[in-house]
Amino acid sequence: MYVSYKWLQEYVDLSGITPEELAEKITKSGIEVEGVETLDEGIKGVVVGYVSEKEKHPSADKLNICQVDLGDGELVQIICGAPNVDKGQKVAVATVGAVLPGNFKIKKAKLRGEASNGMICSLQELGFESKLVAKEYSEGIYVFPADTELGTNALEQLHRDDQVLELGLTPNRADCQSMLGVAYEVAAILGKDVKLPQPKVETVSERAADYITVKVEAADDNPLYVAKVIKNVKIAPSPLWLQARLTAAGIRPHNNVVDITNYILLEYGQPLHAFDYDRLGSKEILVRRANQGEKITTLDDAERELTTDHLVITNGEVPVALAGVMGGANSEVGNETTTVLLESAYFTGGAIRKSSKDHGLRSEASARYEKGVDPQRIRPAAERAAQLLTQYAGGEVLEGSVEVDTLKVEPAVISITIDKINRVLGTTLSVSEANNILERLQFTTVVEENEMTVTVPTRRGDITIEEDLVEEVGRLYGYDNLTSTLPGGTASAGSLTPYQKKRRIVRQYLEGAGLYQAITYSLTSAEKAQNYCLEVREPIKLAMPMSEERSVLRLSLIPHLLEVLKYNSARQIDATAVYETGSVFLSTAKNELPEEKEHLAAAITGLWELHQWQGEKKPVDFFVLKGILEGLFSKLGLLEQITFAKLEKDGLHPGRSAEVFLNETSIGFIGQVHPNVEKELDLKETYVFELSLEKLLHAEMNPLRYEAIPRYPSITRDIALVVDQTTTAQALSTVIREAGGKLLKDVHVFDLYEGDRMEEGKKSIAYSLKYFDPERTLTDEEVVKTHDKVLKALEEKAGAVLRG
Amino acid sequence: MQERLKELQGEALEKVSAAMDLKELNDIRVAYLGKKGPITEVLKGMGKLSAEERPKMGALANEVRDQITQGITAKQVQLEEAQIQAKLAAETIDVTLPGRPVHTGNHHSLTRVVEEIEDLFIGMGYTVAEGPEVEKDYYNFEALNLPKGHPARDMQDSFYITEDILLRTHTSPVQARTMEKHEGKGPVKIICPGKVFRRDNDDATHSHQFMQIEGLVIDENIRMTDLKGTLEVFAKKMFGEEREIRLRPSFFPFTEPSVEMDISCMICSGEGCNVCKKTGWIEILGAGMVHPNVLEMAGFDSKKYTGFAFGMGAERIAMLKYGVDDIRHFYTNDSRFLKQFSIHE
Ligand SMILES: [Zn+2]
Repeated sequence: MYVSYKWLQEYVDLSGITPEELAEKITKSGIEVEGVETLDEGIKGVVVGYVSEKEKHPSADKLNICQVDLGDGELVQIICGAPNVDKGQKVAVATVGAVLPGNFKIKKAKLRGEASNGMICSLQELGFESKLVAKEYSEGIYVFPADTELGTNALEQLHRDDQVLELGLTPNRADCQSMLGVAYEVAAILGKDVKLPQPKVETVSERAADYITVKVEAADDNPLYVAKVIKNVKIAPSPLWLQARLTAAGIRPHNNVVDITNYILLEYGQPLHAFDYDRLGSKEILVRRANQGEKITTLDDAERELTTDHLVITNGEVPVALAGVMGGANSEVGNETTTVLLESAYFTGGAIRKSSKDHGLRSEASARYEKGVDPQRIRPAAERAAQLLTQYAGGEVLEGSVEVDTLKVEPAVISITIDKINRVLGTTLSVSEANNILERLQFTTVVEENEMTVTVPTRRGDITIEEDLVEEVGRLYGYDNLTSTLPGGTASAGSLTPYQKKRRIVRQYLEGAGLYQAITYSLTSAEKAQNYCLEVREPIKLAMPMSEERSVLRLSLIPHLLEVLKYNSARQIDATAVYETGSVFLSTAKNELPEEKEHLAAAITGLWELHQWQGEKKPVDFFVLKGILEGLFSKLGLLEQITFAKLEKDGLHPGRSAEVFLNETSIGFIGQVHPNVEKELDLKETYVFELSLEKLLHAEMNPLRYEAIPRYPSITRDIALVVDQTTTAQALSTVIREAGGKLLKDVHVFDLYEGDRMEEGKKSIAYSLKYFDPERTLTDEEVVKTHDKVLKALEEKAGAVLRG
Repeated sequence: MQERLKELQGEALEKVSAAMDLKELNDIRVAYLGKKGPITEVLKGMGKLSAEERPKMGALANEVRDQITQGITAKQVQLEEAQIQAKLAAETIDVTLPGRPVHTGNHHSLTRVVEEIEDLFIGMGYTVAEGPEVEKDYYNFEALNLPKGHPARDMQDSFYITEDILLRTHTSPVQARTMEKHEGKGPVKIICPGKVFRRDNDDATHSHQFMQIEGLVIDENIRMTDLKGTLEVFAKKMFGEEREIRLRPSFFPFTEPSVEMDISCMICSGEGCNVCKKTGWIEILGAGMVHPNVLEMAGFDSKKYTGFAFGMGAERIAMLKYGVDDIRHFYTNDSRFLKQFSIHE
């Protein structure tokens, strides 16, 4: 809502308060003022002049040489290119030395050899938005009414010496979609009175009822319809002050009749519609739901097909308006109109919202109906419009209105105690202080001891419960005046859940290991959703996606992490290592929530070890990422429960991928991205893993117990084994551990040889075994005995031969 | 004999002092002090001396030995020192060359903001509540006083999957779920971080996915002053002790009264600049007293219980705190962006 400061002064005394101060006060007490615009900002030296002579420029077809009288008797020569400039016009002249918006300074000039001492202005050149300039002046200069005084400030004549407050209204404050509503609000803030307009209409003896009948078939949607008839109107431009008020509010002037209906819409917040009575085609108004497939051409020349959801005004036969949204072209007021049928009605928000939404048509009228108009302003608004039509369109108002009224107007009555107010706000207000605030809002109150019974005016439809009154008191009392306290009550210890704590540990560990946390989108494309899933399900689709790229919910974190790698490698970043924790979404039954599982994934590519001046440079490989993963399992106390098994999976290198098991449960995978995919994404060797974070963090870990520091020496034996190429290290160490029993403290691989010197299909793998007893020093014989057992088991179970 | 010994001493010490390295010095030691050395040789002639002179000569011989030994030891210390110095000189490196980099990653800037806020509120007795990103219309809207057809539903155009299931548009459904679990019994004190979704085209200031953090407190005597005090603590901890806050009345369907909180601009300290659009204030979050309908729908007696709630966007906080100028940076995951958030204040 745009509020003219000058206009507002008609209803509330604003003396001593600048527009900026007012804006600040309004913002602090509830409605955000998003800006204060000075309409004539940056404009100086523009006066009203009279074009006394006009002749064609001798050497430029489209230019005219005008002699302009600026009121001091002397003529000033100005070259003007506007097509509509003419002798005898009163126009806005930017004189030499004038400044126009954008700091455009007017200087003496010569145009094609002829002197030009100023500029005749269009409204656009004076800072008007193009869409707000009346059609007749949109392509040329503006022409003042003939009685405008010469030499006066043109912007004052245009009523542009004003400031406009832009109110950002929240949906509850429908009441402030009108000047009167804003006036009540401002009056309450300032503690002043509201001066309401007092419509006075002189009527002629003919009765409206003889001209029109009104029937409403859809009373639920339209509980009140008021029709008035005004005869003998003369269509003309409306007065400048009225046009200026419309323009300031963002509405383009048309003609006096249409402008007056819009003026009332702004003043009362009540949309009105003027039909050309003679074009109506009947003496009847029938309000009903449209027939399926019925058509109407609205004022914007669009033909619209209707359904039974849409409310229409008809002449008994065909629609003449899409109720509450826009009039029909068939009954439009035009230059020939003499008799006006004026509609002031109460349409319900739901009915109008449906029409407005289905036809993609939001008008000033529909915006107000959707949020709710004041049922008690329907008749006053019609009266006020009738009055202005007599004053500014020469009309004669017929006696009476024709009405259909099934509307029950019941103002809300709410009782509230001062204790309730103080308990919610934390204040110590007295009844009279609170009551005073409600009275400033012009709410009617009855006070009995600690209780106020408040009758809420119908213009404030947003106030229905006690808490609404608490807010009114609170905001006008001023939140600045509230003290600051902290919640009392029983003290509670805040904490993270064990899961949340461990998740933080996972993040810290991975970051310590060199990975950056990424956050990517949960929505992805149908194509990407199919890749790298731990569990394959049909992806969940949005009903109305904004793009294919963001149309389904992800089933894996990896596709987007690969996107991150691709993005970075395309920008010459030679190493990227990222991880993400986030949800994937598994479909269940229709109309059930999907299963949301939290996953952990990582992707790394490019150089891993890099220390350039020492000549160290090593790309990432499988074991880098596996090492990071093992470190994580170790950190979580799970390493001993983890095994890896060779895995073939779409999108992964078939020889360099493994499934990860926690005991017998598969919890995810690790592997190299398939070279085809790497090529497609233009990536170097890239490794990824994805795990179920939930399975990982909910796993039982061994409790942390102190273990005595060894007091006795351990004995180490190294062995090199020749085994089949396909025998895994994990299988061998399992055999070793089982055979080694509790004396075997540690086993690890320290060498691997697969070269030419080996027999075809064989490899050599070397282990270091550490024997140890915490209770005593082991004897050689004991170690030899266990070690022999290990060697024997290796030979029998894994076909391993001790290498000489 | 005496002269011979003195002569040997002089000769030996001269050689010692001229020795260039430890080996040479050792050779001197062996040559003069060894069993086959000249001193031993001289002493063999002691038998010819008188009984009177013998001990004198013995003493002299010992003194000569001592002198030479001392000379050698001193020279040895000197040579060893020189050798160490030479070694150290040879080992000298350019200490200004860069060290071996330790590669560590760091939190995403949004996680950083979220954890900072979580920790702040945990310290005030809150727990962290989480919930699904895909929600039922009931929890996302209806339980929050936004029945079907409510005009405020337009404010947050949403991604629906079916008529009743959508991507949550705020983390408030977590509040609704938590309240429901409490079965009408307070206190409730939670902070709810999470991803949320709205139908916006991604540009510098809009993102179809973003991170929200909400808080909720319900108890028997929660007042608006408690909300103000809590938000003040939050603003000062997050943006600096010198920050002031301002509550402006606003509207949200799930709170009544509703407010928006501004903080005094951290860039210009209230003087007015581009960041605060010359107002000196920056909008940070929305808040209010929990609407009685919301309490009742979750099974709380609104006559007995009151509460407050607040909510903010993590991106906005991060943008203000770190001066990030484009919301898309948070989701592009450009290494050069991610790496900037490693420093800990
Ligand atoms: Zn500022």
